[in-house]
Amino acid sequence: MNVQNTATTYTPTEMMTVTAARALRNEDVCFVGIGAPSAACNLARLTHAPGITLIYESGTIDTKPEVLPLSIGDGELCDTALTTVSVPEMFRYWLQGGRITVGFLGGAQIDRYANLNTTVVGSYDKPKVRLPGGGGAPEIATNCGEIFIIMQLSPRAFVDKLPFVTSLGHGSGPGSREALGVTTKGPTKVITDLCVMEPDPATKELTVVSIHPGITREQIQGQCGWPVKFAPAVAETPPPTMHELDVLRELHARTARAHGSDA
Amino acid sequence: MAQVMSLAEAVEAHVGDGDSLAMEGFTHLIPFAAGHEVIRQGRKRLTLIRMTPDLIYDQMIGMGCAEKLVFSWGGNPGVGSLHRFRDAYENGWPNPLLIEEHSHAAMANAYEAGAANLPFAVFRGYKGVDLPKVNPNIRSVTCPYTGEVLATVPAIRPDVAVIHALKADQAGNVLLEGIVGVQKEAVLAAKRSIVTVEEVVEDFGPRSANAVILPHWTVSAIAVVPGGAYPSYAHGYYKRANGFYKAWDAIARERDTFLAWMTENVLKAGPDVFARQARRVSAAAA
Repeated sequence: MNVQNTATTYTPTEMMTVTAARALRNEDVCFVGIGAPSAACNLARLTHAPGITLIYESGTIDTKPEVLPLSIGDGELCDTALTTVSVPEMFRYWLQGGRITVGFLGGAQIDRYANLNTTVVGSYDKPKVRLPGGGGAPEIATNCGEIFIIMQLSPRAFVDKLPFVTSLGHGSGPGSREALGVTTKGPTKVITDLCVMEPDPATKELTVVSIHPGITREQIQGQCGWPVKFAPAVAETPPPTMHELDVLRELHARTARAHGSDA
Repeated sequence: MAQVMSLAEAVEAHVGDGDSLAMEGFTHLIPFAAGHEVIRQGRKRLTLIRMTPDLIYDQMIGMGCAEKLVFSWGGNPGVGSLHRFRDAYENGWPNPLLIEEHSHAAMANAYEAGAANLPFAVFRGYKGVDLPKVNPNIRSVTCPYTGEVLATVPAIRPDVAVIHALKADQAGNVLLEGIVGVQKEAVLAAKRSIVTVEEVVEDFGPRSANAVILPHWTVSAIAVVPGGAYPSYAHGYYKRANGFYKAWDAIARERDTFLAWMTENVLKAGPDVFARQARRVSAAAA
């Protein structure tokens, strides 16, 4: 890392988005969730991965939006796509067909095996909080080659036990996916605002592999609802470069201008 | 055979109390004007089917049209909750709401099965998740060739499909382009269908040979409602009113602000207001 190009002032969310973007490769075909995943995927496309294929579940394939979409089907996504297919075709041929290398998801809650809940807090019939539900996630989680997850670390989000499993991570540990006949890798990275976690190769439990600059192990444990495991060698996550931050901030500024004035 | 009529006549003729109704449009081309007409006509006990209930079903649920919701993602995209949906499900206001919840893949497959005149859809999904425990319609079948266990859901066969399209021609053929979602499948799966359009043209003229066209003999009624998808959008006509989607959060959060908005903008209004709203979005974007 060139020190002169390294930013010293950035927010935890910017650190998270930049780290998530760096996980993507130029040759990936990526199924993009809305919100934080969308920002990371487009940052990757505008920096180190100009050749990445971004796919949104509304049917837009190889889309290159100038501004971040508010919804999964903003006109911007269709206008800048190589092609747009119907929603049944998207889920049948492209997702189930095994054409997607990475699914990029967020969630409301996650457990230590990277199972996700976006359905309900409390009981299903008498919920404390009714969340939007699964959408595309249940099939994205099992039909993409691997899954990256981006979520802010907090005790309400990183919980010991999920009230509802909306999409499958590593189930209850080693062998869970295989027992269900699932052949894809599942979650391989969870990128948070404090650290990066990856499933331990043997136990499949999420394990901290890198810690963002200035963050302590105690801070991470304080925001996580289960006893956190740390890898034998924990790295420091490289901070954002000025270029990455400039591109990300300009993307957010363009987006705010585009979404602000049409009520 | 598509008959061109007013939106009020189309809803009167084809949507009855207790019907199952699929008003589709995946973010794009959501038939808001038709939804408002169903509300004005006071339809009750509807089973509302839609992948993403969006603001349109939030409004219909809050106005007491729905008995049951069949859906796969129930939020305000990029904004937050659908407050009227949550109030109905969590508190039974204005009436209790049953739900049948799926994933997007399941509903897309179920519409396709309906259009294909099959009894159920089969796909590789719902693996290792809890939804099958709370939705008895999610089942499985063993592949007779490979032994693989695959998920099944019943085909969606609505009484009525309602969509908004870009244009119709004089013969009543209907054209959609852009993000086309599951609208073609919904119309072909339904017993009856209503299509609102931005305009009727003499002839579609030059177009892609693969544009999505619903022939006039697949559609029951066509109503011309310029701007009829606002605050959703119509490809080439007007943009999505993302600002309104954000504003809806505050409008719908409380029952009284919601009812005041619905009274002013739906009950006391008609389909003609949509053209003005869509023009305002276009002007703001220009």
